Amino acid sequence: MVDTTLAPNAMAVPRPVRPTVTGEDWLVRLCLLLLGLYLVLTLVLPLYTLLAKSLQDKEGQFVGLANFARYFADPAMLQSFGNTIFVSAIGTAITLLMAFLYAYALTRTCMKGRGLFRAIALIPLLAPSLLPGLALVYLFGNQGIFKSLLFGHEIYGPIGIVMGEVFFAFPHALIILVTALSVADARLYEAAESLRARPARIFMTVTLSGCRYGLVSAGLVVFTLIFTDFGVPKVIGGSYNVLATDVYRQVIGQFNFQMGAVVGLLLLLPAVLSFAVDRIIQRKQVALLSARAVPLQPKPRVLIDRLFFCLVAAMAGFLLLVLGMALFGSLVKLWPYNLSLTLKWYDFARAGTDGWGPYFNSLRMAALVAVIGTAIIFCGAYLVEKTRGAGRLRALLHLLAMIPLAVPGIVLGLSYIFFFNAPNNPLNFIYGTMTVLVVNTICHFYTVGHLTAITALKQVDNEFESVAASLKVPLYRTFWRVTVPVCLPAILDISVYLFVNAMTTVSAVVFLYSADTKLMSINAINTDDAGNTASACAMGMTIVATSAVLKGLHSLIMRRVERRTQAWRKR
Amino acid sequence: MKNWISRRKLALMGAAVLGTAASLFATTTPTLADDVVLKVYTALEEEQMPIYKEAFEKANPGIVIEWQRDSTGVISARLLAEKDNRQADIVWGLAATSLMVLDKEGMLESYRPVGFDQIKDDFKDLRSGWPTWVGMDAWASAICFNTVEAEKLGLPKPTSWKDLTNPVYKDQIVMPNPGSSGTGFLTVSAWLQLFGDKGGWTYMTALHDNIKTYLHSGSKPCKAVGAGEYPIGISFAYPGVKLINDGAPVEVILPKEGIGWDMEATAIMKGTKQLAAAQKLADFAASADANKLYNDSYQVLARKDVAATLPANYPADEDKLMISPNNFYEMANRRQAILDEWQKSFGSKDAPK
Repeated sequence: MVDTTLAPNAMAVPRPVRPTVTGEDWLVRLCLLLLGLYLVLTLVLPLYTLLAKSLQDKEGQFVGLANFARYFADPAMLQSFGNTIFVSAIGTAITLLMAFLYAYALTRTCMKGRGLFRAIALIPLLAPSLLPGLALVYLFGNQGIFKSLLFGHEIYGPIGIVMGEVFFAFPHALIILVTALSVADARLYEAAESLRARPARIFMTVTLSGCRYGLVSAGLVVFTLIFTDFGVPKVIGGSYNVLATDVYRQVIGQFNFQMGAVVGLLLLLPAVLSFAVDRIIQRKQVALLSARAVPLQPKPRVLIDRLFFCLVAAMAGFLLLVLGMALFGSLVKLWPYNLSLTLKWYDFARAGTDGWGPYFNSLRMAALVAVIGTAIIFCGAYLVEKTRGAGRLRALLHLLAMIPLAVPGIVLGLSYIFFFNAPNNPLNFIYGTMTVLVVNTICHFYTVGHLTAITALKQVDNEFESVAASLKVPLYRTFWRVTVPVCLPAILDISVYLFVNAMTTVSAVVFLYSADTKLMSINAINTDDAGNTASACAMGMTIVATSAVLKGLHSLIMRRVERRTQAWRKR
Repeated sequence: MKNWISRRKLALMGAAVLGTAASLFATTTPTLADDVVLKVYTALEEEQMPIYKEAFEKANPGIVIEWQRDSTGVISARLLAEKDNRQADIVWGLAATSLMVLDKEGMLESYRPVGFDQIKDDFKDLRSGWPTWVGMDAWASAICFNTVEAEKLGLPKPTSWKDLTNPVYKDQIVMPNPGSSGTGFLTVSAWLQLFGDKGGWTYMTALHDNIKTYLHSGSKPCKAVGAGEYPIGISFAYPGVKLINDGAPVEVILPKEGIGWDMEATAIMKGTKQLAAAQKLADFAASADANKLYNDSYQVLARKDVAATLPANYPADEDKLMISPNNFYEMANRRQAILDEWQKSFGSKDAPK
């Protein structure tokens, strides 16, 4: 019956059983490839053009590891490396502890004023790094109001760096931890209680283990942020050298792109580490919110609620104090010698040549980044987390998404010049436009958005997709009808996160803006450079106010959204 | 086969989506009149820029300046990074030492502006008759001294570099890190020229004991002194003068042994499409009229024929104290070696001693 001449390869050789690849799977793969292409164009290739310089001499000749050898021969280098690890480790420990307590209070207690505290916690995100730097000097510097609290130590150095970094990293950790803690299966707690587990034990085995993925992500994010940040050490680090200030010294002080690339490459280490840890944890993570879960509703516990209220109030008080000091700095005539108040620093037309133009540029860029960035990041996270097949590609995309966090702004900004301004790059028409600023900023803040989206998505049981698939509901409909509404709070969080960061970012875009796309945040730095510190403070406060208004709108919308799409979280 | 077709269809769809996205993104470029737009990169102070722009555009109708301003380090790094596809037509107001780095990369156009013979020799690129850069004005290192804080601490007013090594100033002085700041480097290079190589390093070793911290910017030491954070900062005159004008209890001291200096300069970028307009700007930047404008902020000017007046609260005798000749090219060649040596000796102030 079977003719051997007929399709021998199809019939004679038994093929391993493979799941049929449907048109939908092809669509998913295409989307994954598009996302990959996007990340390659906006992240991998630009970084490659710069980091390849670490293997070249100034004339562009390949020199192998000579630059690395030279860098490691510098005795100050090992010290920078040690310093960086030291402040990053301490800063991460403090930030995680504070952010966890804060997030726990917001999500698992019934203390008063949770909405307000949640808003206050985001202050550090709204403020350009100039403001906390200055405020810490005004608070704890040699003329500082609270100098005595440091018991003779001084703010310039590791103490100042750790304080500044904790302030700066706190909301990043909080966003992830709140997302992780806000979903829990009440049945687990009921089970634990009926087994007569003590509260401490329940906390360890249910609460902590339920949010361990969030904790580890937050820890990695914070560690990487502190490891690569250069704004805080530059302002308040004195001569306590860290790797990020080494990049600054090489690139801005000595125009040595090759050595800058060497240090930039070293700064990528935590991202690689993060990825490895992330893979290990991910294998153990199970969806918290199975389709049968009963959402946890915190019950009032008088003593604990009050205790957390005091704790959170103290932390929020410190954040407000820093902001208040910056506000004060924008209103005094001459710190610290003439403390009478004035509004003249808010008259921006007087301070420079640009008046309010940069402010509107900043608004426009932040809006574009928020809308486009959120769409790309959330869809990307969905593709990575929720689709089947193409496992290696998805793992690779996840790795790529982790990288931006570890790339210092200077490195990213210069990479973009080298890549997008290259005469033979067909994309070079976007150089010097608003587009390049938007693309660069999305890339710069990709990771935290990605992790927030992943954390939110992980809590949604994969059964939704399986059920939908067996009901022959197309994937995009499940995405649109189930995933997006369920994750809407996280999506809004991501867009607000992108907006406020786009308003404050400096380190990368400073290399990319042009005369008609000058940004407010850059203007503030330039104004401070020119010696008008108070006016720079005023610009910073304008950014804070704008972002705060947006954040207020966000809260209002959230309230409506929660009523409409999050009712399932309550019983 | 069927799969292949659907893949191709999908690819086409994807391309269509991308294309739409790209067209949404494309920003509309403002329509220009017949004016020539010159892209001018600069590190001038913000407050000087509108005045300079207006003066030039008034004298040269039909040419419009579009500024790109940043601090010296950032704008220089950006110019260098854009080497393969230059965006700037001309640089007006950037440290000559930075321009020399660009020159070494072959990025500058030779041009001899009108009135070149009126430029002082110290402010010229004298290697050939066709200079690549022309000086505008000079700034020199200076000591910023906070009188209120010094009185609290009982510190005498220093008048010379040698004074600063007096143990009474232990941990009271800040200065820019020469690896991060041009001002830091010009100060170090002046010490090496004033005291000789050996004497210079001996001096810095003695000074190091009194240094509280090395900062990453040239103006920051003076601003920190103005805010009362430290009593003494090594910096340059401009930020100090500005602080005095704002009412801070600061004095600007020019050490009597002599002071290191650098100049702001102009250079046309090689390959500019607006060469004629750029040359007009180079002519203007070297003119007596422009020098009079520079005089509002700086005392020492490039032109011989402009009688400089002392800007308000500016320290006297900067011109007499500036070291001359200042061996820019020699220092530029030795820069890496000097910075390596400096980094090895002093780069880690916080190292346990």
